[in-house]
Amino acid sequence: MNEAPQARHEGEAAAPDAGRRLRLGHLYPALMNVYGDRGNILCLQRRCRLRGIELQVTPLEPGDVLLPDAFDLLFMGGAQDREQRLVAEDLAATKGALREAVEDGAVFLGVCGGYQLSGRFYRGADGDEMRGAGIFDLYTLHPGAGARRLIGNLAAEWEEGTLAGFENHGGRTYLGAGARPLARVRHGFGNDGESGFEGARYKNAFGTYLHGPVLPKNPALADKLLSLALARRYGDGNLEPLDDRLETAAHEAALRAR
Amino acid sequence: MHAPRTLASVWAAKATALASRTLGRGGGTAASGLLGLWLQPSLVRDLAGQLGRGCVIVTGTNGKTTTARLIGAASRSAGIEPLANASGSNLMRGIASALALAADGDGRVPDAGRRLGVFEVDEASVSRALPELSPRVVVFTNLFRDQLDRYGEVEAVAARWRQALAAAPAGLRLVLNADDPSVASLGEGREGVFYFGLEDRRLGRPTAEHAADALFCRCGARLEYSVAFFSHAGHWRCRSCGRARPKPAVSARLVKLEDGRSSRFQLVVGDEKAQVRLGLGGLYNVYNALAAAAAGEALGLPRETTLAAMGETEAAFGRQEAFEVDGRRVEVLLAKNPAGLNQVLSTLLLDGSRRTALIILNDGIADGRDISWVWDADFEAAAGRLERVVVSGTRAADMALRLKYAEWDEAALEVVPDVGPALERALALTRPGECLIVVPTYTAMLDVRGLLARRTGRKAFWQL
Repeated sequence: MNEAPQARHEGEAAAPDAGRRLRLGHLYPALMNVYGDRGNILCLQRRCRLRGIELQVTPLEPGDVLLPDAFDLLFMGGAQDREQRLVAEDLAATKGALREAVEDGAVFLGVCGGYQLSGRFYRGADGDEMRGAGIFDLYTLHPGAGARRLIGNLAAEWEEGTLAGFENHGGRTYLGAGARPLARVRHGFGNDGESGFEGARYKNAFGTYLHGPVLPKNPALADKLLSLALARRYGDGNLEPLDDRLETAAHEAALRAR
Repeated sequence: MHAPRTLASVWAAKATALASRTLGRGGGTAASGLLGLWLQPSLVRDLAGQLGRGCVIVTGTNGKTTTARLIGAASRSAGIEPLANASGSNLMRGIASALALAADGDGRVPDAGRRLGVFEVDEASVSRALPELSPRVVVFTNLFRDQLDRYGEVEAVAARWRQALAAAPAGLRLVLNADDPSVASLGEGREGVFYFGLEDRRLGRPTAEHAADALFCRCGARLEYSVAFFSHAGHWRCRSCGRARPKPAVSARLVKLEDGRSSRFQLVVGDEKAQVRLGLGGLYNVYNALAAAAAGEALGLPRETTLAAMGETEAAFGRQEAFEVDGRRVEVLLAKNPAGLNQVLSTLLLDGSRRTALIILNDGIADGRDISWVWDADFEAAAGRLERVVVSGTRAADMALRLKYAEWDEAALEVVPDVGPALERALALTRPGECLIVVPTYTAMLDVRGLLARRTGRKAFWQL
């Protein structure tokens, strides 16, 4: 394959960013690992490595106590229902600092179950309520076991262009006054299938129903997260462009998928 | 004799299948069964009820088609002619179609008194199949993450199975994978359970694979594994509630996976041991053979004929099926979920001479519209092992991106979205005398197999 001009490749020197380092806390990798969400971590790792940024990934499992200033980035992926319950209990028990970290400007990405549990609460199909991390002013209601799941390809528009991926959720998410939507739905369901909004944004925290996984085929979002984290830590969020031809092709294929 | 509705329904199903095949539209198994069931909802019950040897159902995420094929072979070698939905059409309509096509013009299955029904059943159709087929034996092969957009989550599938079994008659015999915690737990508190499992610890991996699902016990505690074979299959136990892998009555020891095209192992049934040569490659097929052997025990088939059948069974269509094209060997290894794909990758790597691959990712309904599962498969394990890779299918770009992230050499990847040209390109990249590996998802397998069958004069899948 031909190389795109000005894009960095493996093995090339990475002088401009040398010495920069970011710390990523991966919340519940063993419990919340459906829908290919590990691809999001692989993506951040790769995009850092190609730019000479060291990304240190620390798994945070149930029982591991989260300190508010321990990480520049935090990621929480999707889970199956049973695991989600275990996560909700542990969030309250040992991850109370999550909200504090986000208030302080730490970058957060929650996907699907991780998005739902970063709100105020999640009321499941059986009416049981799980408390969320309270990062976003939003809540999620599951209308009951008989209700239609919101499943399909999802495309949306946000401040940096388009976002594309797949959604599969029973819960409907409603934003409060303190959270703004991340994107406007182009096709698909998004937060609740009615409002036309997808995801949430608060400070440097992002929540979305998009999986696929979301970051590899939405490199603009991946770079937004890295750029915010670098800006917070080093005062400079500049990132050099990468060869994203395969990423762009996958993004466009996902946008076309109906 | 038969209710006129049943007769009309049998005839309608036969006519639809014939029309579909004549028009070249495929096997017509779905349409014919659908029409038959619409005309007579009790069609399956009416026809399956005639089978003197009863029925066995095979369900689970992976291995259904191959396990059913092995059971059919074991049955045939014991002198009992099986009646099966061999084309892999495993919803109720597929079963209805297989039965209707086997029946004669009077709505009778010929020689029914001496026949055994061997039906693979979609994991989401078990609760409907049980009352209609009233099987003697149900085989559960495994339960892996598969098409979350279609089947729902793993725990939801397990819950539906438990519910279906709770309503089943007490005399029903179960064949269960002891190494899969969510399958093994189906046997709790039941009589007549035949467990199968692997006793060869050398095949273990240090940790469970990424796509493993049932790492947590039903009680909520984390399971402990003294050895994990693949995905969450292994020797497990829960320290919290005391649940543990049941001791299997049918097991394999001293497994030799050879070059991934066949394997040898010692089959242990109770106190008896026998050497098995299996004509199918990979650890996942050892599991399928164990499931079939345990089903043979549950059905009361003679052991000698079951063992003999295993060595002679060839791959089911699209599952390790091999073709000869212009002096090149083409092997098709269907992969439709992370656990299956991991097994396919480790099997193809058993022979280092496999250097060229065609990987096809479709997002049709039968494949699962959600293709994120390819990120849960361990493509990393095969990085640097293949020299030439053609990527194809409706989501070829996503597949190429996944391989890039798995550190596969980008320069060795070619993206050719249309399957026909992709196959031609992959064949051109394969040197004469070498092997081309084709790894398709389900609908892609039907496409590529059709192309290969036409080129080599092999039968269409509904004629197998």
